[in-house]
Amino acid sequence: MANNILIVPEARDGSLRKVSFELVTVANEIAQGLGGAVHAVVLGNEVSASAEQIAKTGIAQVYQVDHAALQNFAPEVFTAALADVIRKTQPAVVLFGATGFGKELGARVAARIGMGLVADCTGYKVEGGTLVLTRPIYAGKALATVKAKSLPVMVSIRPNIFPPASADASPAPIEKIELSANAARSQVVEKVQKEAVAVDLAEAKIVVSGGRGAKNAEGFETVKQLANTLGAAVGASRAAVDAGWIDYSTQVGQTGKTVAPQLYIAAGISGAIQHLAGMSSSKVIVAVNKDPDAPIFKVADYGIVGDLFQVLPVMNEELKKVLAEK
Amino acid sequence: MNVVVLIKRVPDTETRIQIKDGKVVTDGISWIISPYDEYAVEEALRLIEKYTGKVTLLCLGPVDAKETIRKGLALGADDAIHLNDPAFEGGDASTTAVVLAAALKKMQYDLVLAGKQAVDEDNAQVAIRVAELLDLPHVNSVIKLDLSDDKKSARCLREVDGDRDIAESSLPAIITAQQGLNEPRYPSLKGIMGAKKKPITDWKASDLGLDPGTIGASGAKLEVVRVDPPPARPPGKLIPGDAATAAKELVRLLHEEAKVV
Repeated sequence: MANNILIVPEARDGSLRKVSFELVTVANEIAQGLGGAVHAVVLGNEVSASAEQIAKTGIAQVYQVDHAALQNFAPEVFTAALADVIRKTQPAVVLFGATGFGKELGARVAARIGMGLVADCTGYKVEGGTLVLTRPIYAGKALATVKAKSLPVMVSIRPNIFPPASADASPAPIEKIELSANAARSQVVEKVQKEAVAVDLAEAKIVVSGGRGAKNAEGFETVKQLANTLGAAVGASRAAVDAGWIDYSTQVGQTGKTVAPQLYIAAGISGAIQHLAGMSSSKVIVAVNKDPDAPIFKVADYGIVGDLFQVLPVMNEELKKVLAEK
Repeated sequence: MNVVVLIKRVPDTETRIQIKDGKVVTDGISWIISPYDEYAVEEALRLIEKYTGKVTLLCLGPVDAKETIRKGLALGADDAIHLNDPAFEGGDASTTAVVLAAALKKMQYDLVLAGKQAVDEDNAQVAIRVAELLDLPHVNSVIKLDLSDDKKSARCLREVDGDRDIAESSLPAIITAQQGLNEPRYPSLKGIMGAKKKPITDWKASDLGLDPGTIGASGAKLEVVRVDPPPARPPGKLIPGDAATAAKELVRLLHEEAKVV
């Protein structure tokens, strides 16, 4: 049996999320180690453009399950669609992005097929004919090395860790697969517009976070302005969220989001253990804090001991100059 | 109505995780109900306050997990089932789900609530697996839960990857809690005293009719080979000078040295 790798790209609002292309990179390497080809399955409603896009990443085969019942997320319908493709193609490894979609669908399909699922992985290698993966646990306070006792196995890959594959190869064939079951007892019925969040925290290249040092909701505007200049996502410490200065969905830490951007700027954040857990795998960390003993400086690559209200506005102006020169 | 809440005992989030010989050192850890499970407990209590009924906690964990279960009873849950058997240990998300599903098959419920993930292993898959094994619908990552008047369906506001949507489900279902669902209460003194008298029933693999080969370490499809501390970060640079000078120098370093802007 060929050790094919099946990736599950994520189509959202008519295009593929970036993590979909990162999955191709990971799948190519695993396929090389196991000796197999890379296939993809695109699920959704009117997702031909997405299927064509992933077909151009140099993979061998694309399956497309296209149906009106896959317009909004419905766990049972998506599970049935993906389980059908897995049963038909018998992959050795199924790869998801460790996004809300990938983690939720992966768990349900894993239970239906009776497979192990190694969630939210940041490293992988092929060893002894199986997969050995690394994944952060305790929100990054520790790293676990997990072995799949046997194949097949499912894996979700944390976004933003691996480089995305480019989509400029000659296209792979696309095979359409019928949806076998479209009855849903639970499903998303409408999307909700919320206060404009320009950049998703989990996928952001740059995150600017504020903490207690922002003093109040108005103070937090200084943090947001810097984020805006950088095209960054806005994050927050639990202290800032608990104080009600900013929406809890921006919280970074063990009980909030775990992020690993290229650049993480922590402004007025002391660095409680549970916050550090959520951001210390960022590539470059900047800390601005009045307290020179704040634990955040222990993980920072660059630190400024100072008041964020004095430092951030100057950074903001300087960055505008730098970005204008680009 | 009967609400069952799946809870897990995890190290307090303010705990530093110590690792020795490739394993997490559990001595001296202070244990809590996983924070997302706490939202689930709180939501169950609020539902029962509104609709009357019973809240039962269902916890898979070692003998010591009883202390954590008592904390949930102190918050107001009526009783608890402790899935307490060494045969359950050393498993993975798949075997944990098999045990929880087998327990739920013996129970009466209108709704099952759980946290969207436990904050130790961060798997975010056990509750959803349980739903699939029991052929129940599920709604994941919920920040607002409303039941229909006949309590036959639920309307849920979800928060996923920074986006919000509304999902509907028939009941019974498994619904998982995301931060924002509610503000969990603190236990009252009366609650803490009362919790000592509330029943906790132990179930072992044999009570659930489970073949020991399908659960715990022997049934697991995954094996944790070792646990390591995260790689240490190289020491950073403190940028000297007054705020304006330091800020300008920082931007220069980010642009020219780190090349991230």
